[in-house]
Amino acid sequence: MTTTTSSTPVTTRPSVASLATDLLRQGWTGLRALLVLTVVLGVVYPVVVWAVGQLAFGDRADGQLVQQDGTVVGSALIGQPFDAETAPGLFHSRPSAGGYDPLATAPSNLGPSDPDLVRSIEQRRADVARTNGVAPSAVPPDAVTASGSGVDPYVSPAYAALQVERVAEASDLTVGEVRTLVAEHTHGRSLGFLGDPKVDVLQLNLAVLAAGR
Amino acid sequence: MTTLTTPPEPTTHTSSKRIPTQQGLTGRQLVAQLVPAVRKLDPRHLWRNPVVLIVWLGSVLTTVLAIADPSAFAISIAVWLWLTVVFANLAEAVAEGRGKAQADSLRAARQDSVARLLGTDGVETQVAGTELRPGDRVVVEAGEVVPGDGDVVEGVASVDESAITGESAPVIREAGGDRSAVTGGTTVLSDRIVVEITSAPGHTFLDKMIALVEGASRRKTPNEIALSILLISLTLVFLLAVASLAPMARYAGAPQSTVVLVALLVCLIPTTIGALLSAIGIAGMDRLVRVNVLAMSGRAVEAAGDVSTLLLDKTGTITIGNRQASRFVAMPGVGDDELRDAARLSSLADQTPEGRSIVTLAEEQGGSGGVPQGAEFVEFTAQTRMSGIDLAGGRLVRKGAASAVHRWVGGDVAPELADAVDEISEAGGTPLVVAERSGTGGRVLGVVHLKDVVKDGMRERFDELRRMGIRTVMITGDNPKTAKAIADEAGVDDFLAEATPEDKLALIREEQAGGRMVAMTGDGTNDAPALAAADVGVAMNTGTSAAKEAGNMVDLDSDPTKLIDVVAIGKQLLITRGALTTFSIANDVAKYFAIIPAMFVAAYPGLDALNVMRLGSPESAILSAVIFNALVIVGLIPLALRGVAYRAASAASVLNRNLLVFGVGGVVVPFLGIKLIDLVVSPLLSL
Amino acid sequence: MGATAAGLLTILALVGVLALVYRPLGDYMAGVLTSTRHSKVETLGYRVIGVDPEGRQSARGYALSVVGFSVVSLVVLFAILVGQSVLPFSRGLPGMPWDMALNTAVSFVTNTNWQSYAGESTLGWTAQMAGLAVQNFVSAAVGIAVAIALVRAFTRRRNDDLGNFWVDLVRINLRILLPLALVSALVLVGLGAVQSFAPDRVVDTVLGGQQTLTFGPVASQEAIKELGTNGGGFFNANSAHPFENPTALSNLIEIFLLLLIPVCLTRTFGTMIGSRKHGYAVLGAMTFLWGAMLTVALVSEVGGHGDSARAAGAAMEGKETQLGTWASTLFAISTTGTSTGAVNSAHDSFTPVGGGAAMLNMMFGEVSPGGVGAGLYGFLIVAVLAVFVAGLMVGRTPEFLGKKIGTTEMTYVALYTLASPALVLIGVGVAIAMPSSADAMGNVGGHGFSEVVYAYTSAANNNGSAFGGITVTSTFFQLTLAAAMLLGRFVPILLVLRLAGSLARQGTVPTTAGTLPTHTVQFAALTVGVIALVAGLTFFPTLSLGPIAEALS
Repeated sequence: MTTTTSSTPVTTRPSVASLATDLLRQGWTGLRALLVLTVVLGVVYPVVVWAVGQLAFGDRADGQLVQQDGTVVGSALIGQPFDAETAPGLFHSRPSAGGYDPLATAPSNLGPSDPDLVRSIEQRRADVARTNGVAPSAVPPDAVTASGSGVDPYVSPAYAALQVERVAEASDLTVGEVRTLVAEHTHGRSLGFLGDPKVDVLQLNLAVLAAGR
Repeated sequence: MTTLTTPPEPTTHTSSKRIPTQQGLTGRQLVAQLVPAVRKLDPRHLWRNPVVLIVWLGSVLTTVLAIADPSAFAISIAVWLWLTVVFANLAEAVAEGRGKAQADSLRAARQDSVARLLGTDGVETQVAGTELRPGDRVVVEAGEVVPGDGDVVEGVASVDESAITGESAPVIREAGGDRSAVTGGTTVLSDRIVVEITSAPGHTFLDKMIALVEGASRRKTPNEIALSILLISLTLVFLLAVASLAPMARYAGAPQSTVVLVALLVCLIPTTIGALLSAIGIAGMDRLVRVNVLAMSGRAVEAAGDVSTLLLDKTGTITIGNRQASRFVAMPGVGDDELRDAARLSSLADQTPEGRSIVTLAEEQGGSGGVPQGAEFVEFTAQTRMSGIDLAGGRLVRKGAASAVHRWVGGDVAPELADAVDEISEAGGTPLVVAERSGTGGRVLGVVHLKDVVKDGMRERFDELRRMGIRTVMITGDNPKTAKAIADEAGVDDFLAEATPEDKLALIREEQAGGRMVAMTGDGTNDAPALAAADVGVAMNTGTSAAKEAGNMVDLDSDPTKLIDVVAIGKQLLITRGALTTFSIANDVAKYFAIIPAMFVAAYPGLDALNVMRLGSPESAILSAVIFNALVIVGLIPLALRGVAYRAASAASVLNRNLLVFGVGGVVVPFLGIKLIDLVVSPLLSL
Repeated sequence: MGATAAGLLTILALVGVLALVYRPLGDYMAGVLTSTRHSKVETLGYRVIGVDPEGRQSARGYALSVVGFSVVSLVVLFAILVGQSVLPFSRGLPGMPWDMALNTAVSFVTNTNWQSYAGESTLGWTAQMAGLAVQNFVSAAVGIAVAIALVRAFTRRRNDDLGNFWVDLVRINLRILLPLALVSALVLVGLGAVQSFAPDRVVDTVLGGQQTLTFGPVASQEAIKELGTNGGGFFNANSAHPFENPTALSNLIEIFLLLLIPVCLTRTFGTMIGSRKHGYAVLGAMTFLWGAMLTVALVSEVGGHGDSARAAGAAMEGKETQLGTWASTLFAISTTGTSTGAVNSAHDSFTPVGGGAAMLNMMFGEVSPGGVGAGLYGFLIVAVLAVFVAGLMVGRTPEFLGKKIGTTEMTYVALYTLASPALVLIGVGVAIAMPSSADAMGNVGGHGFSEVVYAYTSAANNNGSAFGGITVTSTFFQLTLAAAMLLGRFVPILLVLRLAGSLARQGTVPTTAGTLPTHTVQFAALTVGVIALVAGLTFFPTLSLGPIAEALS
């Protein structure tokens, strides 16, 4: 067979020409191997995962789209830019470095000592405290920091709790009702110990809107 | 032929003690070598040592900069960098200096001798010793100096070899056999011999010795080269680290002067081990010379550290050369005293070591008295295979091999006698039957048990070797039964019985095929192939020139147990290299803590937290590190020359100990050293 | 449950699951790589490729195959990226600019997966699947193959047969990576990772704005991205993106996957050389380094050191709510310790010590536990270095696993050890001297410098993660980083194969009481010390101007 030239004698120093020839021959074999592997790994494999995934898990594989009144308004996994300006009566998301644009998922990438970052954290703290009528010291970290993805769909239960009164005030709901909605959209740690507890902002807001009608 | 050279006294002390401890390195010795050290500043000498060469280049650079822009700091750095190079050279010079004295005394022996060349027609012509070629035959008579290395082909002479071995007692050299080699430069004391020259002028044993002790023919050993590669790559890493630091520092707003960067570089590169590496090698050879072993290459010394199988001849190495009487076994009806006295009587005139040992044993057990009147001694002959005494009253006493004595006595062999003889044979001993004959007839009195005596302390030494991971194999011509008994008593791991030189060679090949390194000693011409095949072949100086040529070491004392010392010295050499490399690299930690905060504390005040030594000022911190770096070389010269102590123990525990001393020590010591230097330097710089 | 208890339990669970699969997977891989049987499918494959599966290769032959295959991979991937506009399923996206394509091709072929582009806005499905994901498989397989060639060398006696690269390549892909990837991809889909060929979807959001949701074969690529310690994200936000890493459980699974093969390869090593204890010693040392870096980083991240974390009350900048500091830090240390480079949080915004630990973890040379294959051979190289100095200290010329470490071996080891630090230092030195670099930095001062250091450290060690604030799209960065990745991958590989050849041609030295035991805690600790010392001494000045200065300010 052609390619696996077995043990060239160690003592002879192969010439540049033979090196080039050998390399070309190996490259040719490599090309054929790459093509075969591309079919298996680059086509068959993802398609099989897709087919089985669709069959077994349905829309879980499709990004868990969320509907409002029968219209898709987003994905349960992708946050939306709810903030003081755009959604004064709803729960606010975390700050985002990319404005919750799924085509530009990114963190702020500002360093731990960056003076601008420190300043904007302090600014956000003051803003969140003012908007929600709480002491600045009560504002939790996730409310003043941008996420890694830029589309973080969750906030901490602490941040949600802090917004309950404001949301209740703006809607026709009582504080108790809002608190119940928050509880319904609060998820504990995965398996009880993985990650941090979280509140699903988009779905919570949809519930608030639905209940507020 | 009168006497034989007495074999050297068996040594009983342990190997670690035998390696002569270095007489303390005096300050005077150091000062004396300063001149050669300065002479070595010639870069042509330094190119072999890239680490020191970099320091040299740094010294030149800082000197130029210090002249261009003089400051106390720059000048101090330049001076101390030069001193670093000088100290590095000093280490090598001191190591070489120790060999010089010895070489000088050897040179005195290599005076231009006149040789009496013997032509094929038997006519003598006078030629210069330097014109002799291998194959020439020369005549040497009493009072003359042997003109070159060779073998005695005719005659016997006593020779003074003190010029080479330092041993003043003359030795016998005779044609044929294993004591035929003579060395150029030795003096014939008596008689006349004809010597066939075996070495070309300039390549004699004496020439080689001089070159060796001077370190002139020193080549880097494989392990030294491998270590150098490591040191060079470390140097390159640090070169890059320092070179890239320049733009980084500029970016950080703390541009660094070239002087500071050079100082940092010199502190980081492994100058300590770089400076001491060749001194360690020279000193290792020197230590061997001090135990009177000449290694023909550094590679052999390194190999000695790796030896995993040691082949030792039984006689003279494991046992003392002669058998000794250990007990008397009396036959039924014979009193113990009767046998004892008869054995003693038969041996009183026997001057063989065996005979003397019988007398000694008998006297220990209470036998006494002089030679009876009118007694006549009967010498041992090859025909009778007995010796003994004929007493005046017609009583004849004989001792000898069982069969011979039995024939002499006549009659049937008593079963008790046969049992006693067999038992002794099986235990590895030699039975010597004692019998008497008088008018009334003869009878066997009993048996003397002669046994091989294992030298004192051998078991301990073999245990020690085992802990070092070295297997000992005893080589003997004895039958397997006898060999096993002695092997068990001596505590060797294995034995090769009824060994021929071919067996020996085969054993070496077999061990080597399994990847093991083999060391052996030998002296005979028929040992030569095995000596050549062994990884470490130590030829006895008393041996033939063929053996000396074949081995890669020569033991001037002709003491076969010296192998153990050779192994220890080989290990010590490697350990010293490893330990000082570790120490050198570990030192960098403290130097970083001294220099980095000093460089960047202006740009990043927080880095002052790294200044754990609380050094006076950035400048004094950098200078103190440079000074420490230079002084530590001088401080370690004695250790490099002496070698790190080696104790036989498992590899893991040796490593633990050395890591603790040289690794942890290497981290801690510079912190203290740099701080102390800073206490002195800091006030001086602020003047 | 408190955050601390939950965090510790997470680590415990990770270690526990790895311990469970350690023996079976390690031994399975050893079986795959030593088996003499070929399956029917493989035999057919060899016929199509045109190789004799029974052929044996020396170090030279093996190296030629590795280089030949990688060069072809590079060319093909470059072509796909530049020409994706003519390929089907490209979501209408244009081809990459040549310098970005070159950088990306090098990046994926070298198992680095440094990304100077944002996947969601740059690449179509064909480029992602047939281009990048294929390289995720095969570049990982190359790393494993080279490591196994080195391991085989230790078992050879005067016989330079290192195996057959093509057989190794096929088997590693088909028998090891593919089944594992298939299963884990499906698990990820089950947890919510996207695997959909739906077109981009513009939705009107609750507040009346618009969002463009993009989909694709995400889960299939995610699985092999972690499993092959590749790290190239389908999306720009990488594993922080909820489509790639939907829950805290999927997060743990991804960490598990990226550690899986590097960890279990130590078992494969032990099994193949016939001394499992050696495998444990290597694993122990790797685990210690990983644990030490994790501890350091956790103390700082969970403790919330640094100005911004103090201002915010926790180090949550750049981290996902559902993952928090514990799971983010665990991911960060695992990804930098395995040369994966996938990220679930912004390393750039980590606390000074946390980010520094991630950086140092790469500077160790990617051995804690390192990339697939690369971690094992990288560790064995350091072990040879450790044995060289330590071997001397016990009074023997050094030997490792019965092989003498002489001048030839030391030359390769020294050059290997030199390669990646040299690339990092030269790269950083040159880049920082360029006035334009300051504009590329996303941060000012010492942290901006750290971004440059991180970039070259990541590239030269084939990690792929970044202090992402830096803009590396200039031709200068694209080309110098590509060079660092290429040299940082193949110089070591060629040295490892030459070393393997030299070791294989040697006989074997038997072990005696005088031999330094290399399967002990003592030796493992020593090797850890050498790794730390080499990295520390090389990079202390650099680090002191970056993370250390930042941490101490």
